[in-house]
Amino acid sequence: MSETTTRSAGEIENYTINFGPQHPAAHGVLRLVLEMDGEVIDRVDPHIGLLHRGTEKLIEYKTYLQAIPYFDRLDYVSPMNQEQTFAIAIERLLGVTPPPRAQCIRVLFGELTRILNHIMNIASYAMDVGAMTPFLWTFEEREKIMGFYDEVCGARMHANYIRPGGVNQDLPPGLTDRIAMWAEGYPKIIDDLEALLTDNRIFKQRTVDIGIVSKEQAIAWGFTGPNIRASGLAWDLRKSQPYDGYENYEFDIPIGKHGDCYDRYLVRVEEMRQSVKIINQCLSKMPSGPVRVNDRKVMAPPRGEMKTSMEALIHHFKLYTEGFKVPEGEVYACTEAPKGEFGVYLVSDGTNKPYRCRIRAPGFVHLEGMDAMLRGHMLADVPAVLGSIDIVFGEVDR
Amino acid sequence: MTTTNDQLASCLTAVTAALGSMGTAQALPVAGVIVHTTRDNIINVLTALRDAPACQFTQIIDVCGADYPERLERFDVVYHLLSMNLNLRVRVKITATESTPVPSITDLHPCANWLEREVWDMYGVYFTGHPDLRRILTDYGFDGHPLRKDFPLTGYVEMRYDEEQKRVVYEPVKLPQDFRTFDFLSPWEGMPRVLPGDEKAVPPAKQGGA
Repeated sequence: MSETTTRSAGEIENYTINFGPQHPAAHGVLRLVLEMDGEVIDRVDPHIGLLHRGTEKLIEYKTYLQAIPYFDRLDYVSPMNQEQTFAIAIERLLGVTPPPRAQCIRVLFGELTRILNHIMNIASYAMDVGAMTPFLWTFEEREKIMGFYDEVCGARMHANYIRPGGVNQDLPPGLTDRIAMWAEGYPKIIDDLEALLTDNRIFKQRTVDIGIVSKEQAIAWGFTGPNIRASGLAWDLRKSQPYDGYENYEFDIPIGKHGDCYDRYLVRVEEMRQSVKIINQCLSKMPSGPVRVNDRKVMAPPRGEMKTSMEALIHHFKLYTEGFKVPEGEVYACTEAPKGEFGVYLVSDGTNKPYRCRIRAPGFVHLEGMDAMLRGHMLADVPAVLGSIDIVFGEVDR
Repeated sequence: MTTTNDQLASCLTAVTAALGSMGTAQALPVAGVIVHTTRDNIINVLTALRDAPACQFTQIIDVCGADYPERLERFDVVYHLLSMNLNLRVRVKITATESTPVPSITDLHPCANWLEREVWDMYGVYFTGHPDLRRILTDYGFDGHPLRKDFPLTGYVEMRYDEEQKRVVYEPVKLPQDFRTFDFLSPWEGMPRVLPGDEKAVPPAKQGGA
């Protein structure tokens, strides 16, 4: 086309818009290059990696125990679920099963973390599409859950609590009562949240029929977790491939009908109610007993024993310098993290460090679906779709 | 998931039947079902595994690389497949080198697009037929493939904001202290069965016969 071609008024060429990486609705450091046809999106090219820290490489240079904290920092909104996955992967290679109480604590905190994640997502999502109040209300609850984190491990976010062979330490006295009290009041908070959003005209205008994903598309794009359930597939690893005793708990899997942004929101709300149900079951049937596997070659002895036993002291020293050695082999362990299937593919060469630790992050694959989800949508739908698929850059970029 | 041996065996049978002569499958109690095949066959294998009624591996969960520098074909490309209908998992492995491209499976599974880009970025395994094989996680203009075993942990360049030039500058990495790595392949694993000098000793049976 020659330069002298005249255009009729109002006709413009396609142009590109840069969204992010410092946009409040970009949920971190996402940079989207949007090819626009007027106000309509033609193509989305997400540029990721601005938070790439080389976690997989770093883990190859750390002992298994030293690698756990990296998992807190992947998806920093739901730390414990990821520690759990890594711990399960190591346990399978070692052939160790954590004691029942430890499994119950893992499930308890796994579900607390799911709520922690979902309220963060729903609240920030609501803020992306124009509602301020849910963010303020739910952060109070997040604070309380992080208080529980604090009580078991001393850290509010980066827990380093779930260890191969169990959990680091037992629950402090009275914590189960405090969690029970909180769990009793929490459904009321979900009701309040729903009162603000579920029938809210503006919220529905922004989300209903936006970013529709059919069942076939969800499978083809590798969706997992709440996103595939919103498309109508009842797939939940807690039910289909249970780990840490999830088969002993009663809960339902909510599924959506349309696969749009609104359904993804509804699925997450219902999942929180189911999580409260699981938490109550955990608390009512919490077994007594040890929380660490009684194998000194994997887990360090209790502090008290070290003061009197030379052997315990040696074990402690060896475990925290050299670490334990994991038999040669490979394993893929996956759990139902709040965002979807979180997987760890671990290759061990028989030494005290992983030979290869591949982290399969659900957000990475979900973000890839953005292009297909957003084509033909308006520019204003970008934050709506982005918020609804629940992206955290710690795990996308790794 | 703790797979029972029955589940593994049935999965293995289904996978072996679908594979035919295109690859070999093995079932290991911890690792699960692993299929070894070749680069040329990968698309056929994944198609067969997807379409066979007893397999239905319709979802690709992960594509990742692994580096074994001592091998002739140093890279593994590992595909993790999931069958949601039958609740099965399988892992397909092929090998590659820097100079042997792997056929891209993006036509079969669109979500492999980014996963293959990541393998390319991290290991430098080239995929033919990939619509958009750019780097994905590393910096714009990055050089090298960081997850290779011969890539140093610290990398080669570091960057900082230069106040005078008013821009970010890249410089070679300067380490104020050597990278500390400890050898834990210690000799403290226990004494060998035969101690030095033992071979000179007369066996006890002969000793008593005199």
